[in-house]
Amino acid sequence: MQLDEMKIRQDGLNIRIIQTKKFKTNQLVLKFKSLLSEEKVTARALLPYVLQSSTEKWPTTALFRSHLDDLYGASASVDVNKKGEYHILTFAVDIANEKYLQDNTPLTEQALNVLNEMVFHPLLEDGAFSRKVVESEKRTLNQKLKAVKDDKMRYASQRLVEEMCSGEAYALHPNGIESELEKITPEKLMEAYQQMISSDEVDLYIVGDIDSGQMEELCKEKFSIASRDNVKAIQKNIAIEDSKKIIEKQQIKQGKLNIGYRSNTFYGDSDYLSMAVMNGILGGFPHSKLFMNVREKESLAYYAASRLESHKGLIVIMSGVEPAKIERAETIIEEQLEAIKNGDISDQELSQTKAVMTNQMLETLDSPRGIIEVLYQGETAGIPVKIQDWFDGIDRVTKEDVTEAAKKLLKDTTYILTAKEVAESA
Amino acid sequence: MHKKMFAQLDEELYIEKMTNGLQVCILPKKDFNKTFATFTTKYGSIDNQFIPLGEEDYIRVPDGVAHFLEHKMFEKEEGDVFQKFSMNGASANAFTSFTRTAYLFSSTSNFEKNLDVLIDFVQAPYFTEETVEKEKGIIGQEITMYDDNADWRLYFGAIENMFKNHPVKVDIAGTVESISEITKDHLYQCYNTFYHPSNMMLFIVGAVDPEEVMNHVRDNQSAKSFEPEETINRRFADEPDTVNRVHHELKMDVQVSKCMVGIKSDAKEISGKELMKKELAVNTALDILFGKTSKHYTSLYDEGLIDDHFSYDFTQENNFGFALVGSNTPDPEKLSAQIKEILLNEVQSPSITEDQLQSVKKKNIGGFLRSLNSPEFIANQFTRYAFNDMDLFEAVPVLETLTLDDVHKAFSSLVQEDRITSFYILPKENA
Repeated sequence: MQLDEMKIRQDGLNIRIIQTKKFKTNQLVLKFKSLLSEEKVTARALLPYVLQSSTEKWPTTALFRSHLDDLYGASASVDVNKKGEYHILTFAVDIANEKYLQDNTPLTEQALNVLNEMVFHPLLEDGAFSRKVVESEKRTLNQKLKAVKDDKMRYASQRLVEEMCSGEAYALHPNGIESELEKITPEKLMEAYQQMISSDEVDLYIVGDIDSGQMEELCKEKFSIASRDNVKAIQKNIAIEDSKKIIEKQQIKQGKLNIGYRSNTFYGDSDYLSMAVMNGILGGFPHSKLFMNVREKESLAYYAASRLESHKGLIVIMSGVEPAKIERAETIIEEQLEAIKNGDISDQELSQTKAVMTNQMLETLDSPRGIIEVLYQGETAGIPVKIQDWFDGIDRVTKEDVTEAAKKLLKDTTYILTAKEVAESA
Repeated sequence: MHKKMFAQLDEELYIEKMTNGLQVCILPKKDFNKTFATFTTKYGSIDNQFIPLGEEDYIRVPDGVAHFLEHKMFEKEEGDVFQKFSMNGASANAFTSFTRTAYLFSSTSNFEKNLDVLIDFVQAPYFTEETVEKEKGIIGQEITMYDDNADWRLYFGAIENMFKNHPVKVDIAGTVESISEITKDHLYQCYNTFYHPSNMMLFIVGAVDPEEVMNHVRDNQSAKSFEPEETINRRFADEPDTVNRVHHELKMDVQVSKCMVGIKSDAKEISGKELMKKELAVNTALDILFGKTSKHYTSLYDEGLIDDHFSYDFTQENNFGFALVGSNTPDPEKLSAQIKEILLNEVQSPSITEDQLQSVKKKNIGGFLRSLNSPEFIANQFTRYAFNDMDLFEAVPVLETLTLDDVHKAFSSLVQEDRITSFYILPKENA
């Protein structure tokens, strides 16, 4: 299993061109990576939204979107997220491959133009962003930050991380801090923009049925990014003396029980894949211990799963449980992890988990965005991904490796969101 | 087996009807790693009144039974079906909608083994009182999870506002009370009536050889015996064309208000090309009126009445349909008033131009190509279209023939003052 991949380093820009005949559209993604920090996070979170709302050539959303519609419904989107302690801003354009249209006018170069215009040619007034656009995007972001609390599943996940990693950059929400938002002026935003352009690590991905050589030429022509230093977060092991428990109450019907563990295993570590398989056995899939025991055997929850935060060394368990049964669920969850630590893993569990993880990776490579995210996952950590090594590595993980990985887990924080009035359990 | 070619799209579709009535479709995707399969019955949450197979009188089953049945299909005497899929490296799932129940998996190896697991588990019901009782706890938690989900409540609130009698108004999973009445006999009754192969479609997309897979399905099916194909009798209560109630709202533990405007389609039965044309025409009109290129979107956004949660959509099924337009908003009242005004004004004095229509067509052609990157989209949408006697691959050709007159006619027959409703989710004071 290999990708038809071409890597080019052009000053400060890493270019990856992936040739494939799978898709009917071509996908272009530009990523900016910086360290998460309290002082920068909010302005950076606002930036992509301001940039996509007004450019020199297309000063309003309506004009920009009309242009995209005319390019056979090209889609342009922005996204803000975090990977470990990195803050990542993503600009993406997906465009029809003209091979499948009656009209054969080449479109991919146009898509590069869109990406270039969106990121590098913002609409400016007196050397700063348009005040009107900034105000309007601040309002939207403010509403988005408020609304996090309204999706209880997401809210519980965020609160766990805030409590567990309090004092660490990872506790920050990628969309920023509500109280900081009002302080952002067009001028301050401009500073954040200039900093992003001059010092972020920049990666460009192009995936599709394209001529790689021609793409390379076009990228060189359209993008000029000065050389800069790599952006590197410090990964440190965290010791836990006493685990914390936080209980919060709202007027809700279903409780959320989330538990965070420190794995202190990071992407690229020698035991990273063992930890990933451990997570799969614990709660990654419908055959995993959490699902089978918390849900199927005990009927305690509709969902009970675990997730690996590969760039921060965390394992997080999430479940939605009837408020009166949270304690019971906590016990069963603990028992599942203990079982893995004690080597109570069947051959079937191990082989199923490997098979499903392998399947999942292969499936991810069937979507343009999936290919990009898999490659970027490695790039973020400074370790280029070799797909075949990943498959071989998963295959080599033994039961003992999994047990050893589980033994590394340190319970850090339990976060419970529960109902104000707990109904008597039937 | 017959073959349909779509030369411009470089796709081929293979179709065969098995002797037991099952429709099988295969769409090969050469360079993909995975294969995705859906096995779908034309049976959803709205089918709650019907004549059970072999009986003579209509019955009414408890709300949520189609979804309950979907959950219980996975449990067998020898254990959980998910286990079998994961042993073959597949990931499986299922969903129940208003009109369909679908079982699906995707895998990158052992495809035929997984396909047998899929077909065999859906064709071998196993329900006991004990397992039915146990499931009530799990589904009860699923229901309360949705009860706490403000977006879901908004969606269903708008639907309940629109419909008085039609079962689309009932939450797909039912309620904690309604599912408490479900017995294994209900499940068998529904299963026997609606899971006959002639009421189902098997769709396979991915890295397969169509001849081989079709042979495999033929062998699988001919080794089993089924009752002869019978027409299914479903019954729906009469539904007025006007809305059930003009407005309603709900207070929840949320920070940001939400507003949804619903427009109810008439109750006339519709299918095939007529349905496709109506759906495409109304969605085109909504796209032109509310899309990001529209002046209305610009002014609503500039006024701060909508944010990036803003959405609009029109769905039409055989005997019900509705459009929804809504957003998170600081002022639900003002937003709903403006949306209604935009809708009614467009009926009064049409503003949509030929240029706008051409632009939407172009956009949708590219959008359709993008959708073809997704095996999930192809299988799910093709099945949905087929159950309504439509062909997914006709969508772009039909769209290309739409005229301004078609768009205006479809839009103005839908948008009438007494068919419009609004629903808000509002923050609870001192929550």
